[in-house]
Amino acid sequence: MIMLDDFFTRALIAGVGLALIVGPLGCFVVWRRMAYFGDTMAHSALLGVALSFLFDISMTLGVFGIAALVSLLLVFLQKKKTLPTDALLGILSHSTLAIGLVLVAFMAWLRLDLMGYLFGDILAVSKGDIALIYGGGCVILAILGLTWRPLLAASVSEELAEVEGLNPQRSKLIFMLLMAGVVAIAIKIVGILLVTSLLIIPAATARRFAPSPEMMALLSSLIGGVAVVGGLFLSLYYDTPSGPSVVVAAMLLFVLSLSMPSQRGS
Amino acid sequence: MNTQQQDLIALTGAGVYRQGRWLIRNVDLHVKPGEIVTLIGPNGSGKSTTVKCAIGLEKVDEGRALRKSDLSIGYVPQKFSVDATLPLTVRRLMTLGAHYSTAQIEDALGQVGLSGRTDDLVQHLSGGELQRALLARAFIGKPDLLVLDEPVQGVDYAGEAALYDLIGRFRDETGCGVLLISHDLHVVMAKTDRVLCLNGHVCCTGTPQSVMSSKQYSDLFGARAAESIAIYRHHHDHTHLSDGRVLHADGSVSDHCHKEEEGHDHAR
Repeated sequence: MIMLDDFFTRALIAGVGLALIVGPLGCFVVWRRMAYFGDTMAHSALLGVALSFLFDISMTLGVFGIAALVSLLLVFLQKKKTLPTDALLGILSHSTLAIGLVLVAFMAWLRLDLMGYLFGDILAVSKGDIALIYGGGCVILAILGLTWRPLLAASVSEELAEVEGLNPQRSKLIFMLLMAGVVAIAIKIVGILLVTSLLIIPAATARRFAPSPEMMALLSSLIGGVAVVGGLFLSLYYDTPSGPSVVVAAMLLFVLSLSMPSQRGS
Repeated sequence: MNTQQQDLIALTGAGVYRQGRWLIRNVDLHVKPGEIVTLIGPNGSGKSTTVKCAIGLEKVDEGRALRKSDLSIGYVPQKFSVDATLPLTVRRLMTLGAHYSTAQIEDALGQVGLSGRTDDLVQHLSGGELQRALLARAFIGKPDLLVLDEPVQGVDYAGEAALYDLIGRFRDETGCGVLLISHDLHVVMAKTDRVLCLNGHVCCTGTPQSVMSSKQYSDLFGARAAESIAIYRHHHDHTHLSDGRVLHADGSVSDHCHKEEEGHDHAR
């Protein structure tokens, strides 16, 4: 595949793939008001990166493991009801990020491109990364598809879902693991600090035009895809960093959508 | 109604202890198929907690909570709101938990008078309309037990009577059990078989039939409404102290409200 030898083409394919995966998950993040939760998971990713270097394991695995661990810890702490959720998230988010940074500093032999992890380096995407995005993405979307109905019901009302035997706790757990997977895949593309924006901005843009939850998920993927393509060309022509450029493009689409008539009067 | 039938749900001596105090204690509650049981009681008396224990949303710390195996429940929670970011139509709300045909959906919504609003967003419904939509949603799966936590909140008197009428008809048609919480301390559905007055424990229990027949209430609410609504008049002869003990009308203090097993005076 000659086409894949061009770094810009690889970036486009990887970025669009990522946008397609995060679209539906981003909708759940918005519906369930979990934006800050997504942020926390993303911030903990730096700890995952540091640990994967320390123990010499795959970075994707390290990030996934830590993100999953942090989400389980959050569920556990929420059950204890000692602190409100936003305070818990603040503690988890910043301590994991800080521990990650301290660990990186301790590993003096390691020359880590910190900026690359914080803001992503989409133009350094390899063929292996593309395989990971599309392979992992298919798994994530398949699992999401299978758990769609109970997860949506639980997002509307956990009590109703529980009474109707849909096991909302299980759906919630599966969703958290899927989020951990998305963070692990997305880190390289948009970076730790911008992952959540790719989840939320396209979903918020899609909201105005979607007649149903399913359409909103689809639209959110498409809008994310357009943002990625737009952002990358922006980055190419103006020599701006790729991750932030994608987010700026997504934001511009959102602002543009505000001026357009919506599907419904809302 | 066959009284030999198995209980759909049964609480025996149920107690729930949260944040250093008993929300409910020593509550007995049984609902059989075809039976309508109404819970009343002041705010914070543990009505919702009792219902949540009965359907398994809340764990009991004391006593037992049993449910018939494979019990299907149609539930209308006390609080329900859909996030503004979720584009959910009334039609889609009906199929959140399971799939139903268009005909079934139209029929269920038609029964609660929401035929014209099938494709409206749930967020655009008024409080009363949302309650009716939730009721339709609880009906549609033809459950063994309807559990309705203040199902007529936000509905006007005429609408309230119509909805109670509908719940009664549904019970008659399907033979399901109904457990409902009244939003009004004194008004219950006339077809209620048993009223439980809660105040952290079961204060008193009785049938509303006697009061339903009283003419002054049908005058008050109109004959049509009186067919569906009954006034359950009773007065509390004791006050619950903050330490869990009970101050009786005669000034004595004891651990339980039923000093000599007689409970309250019930007005006829």
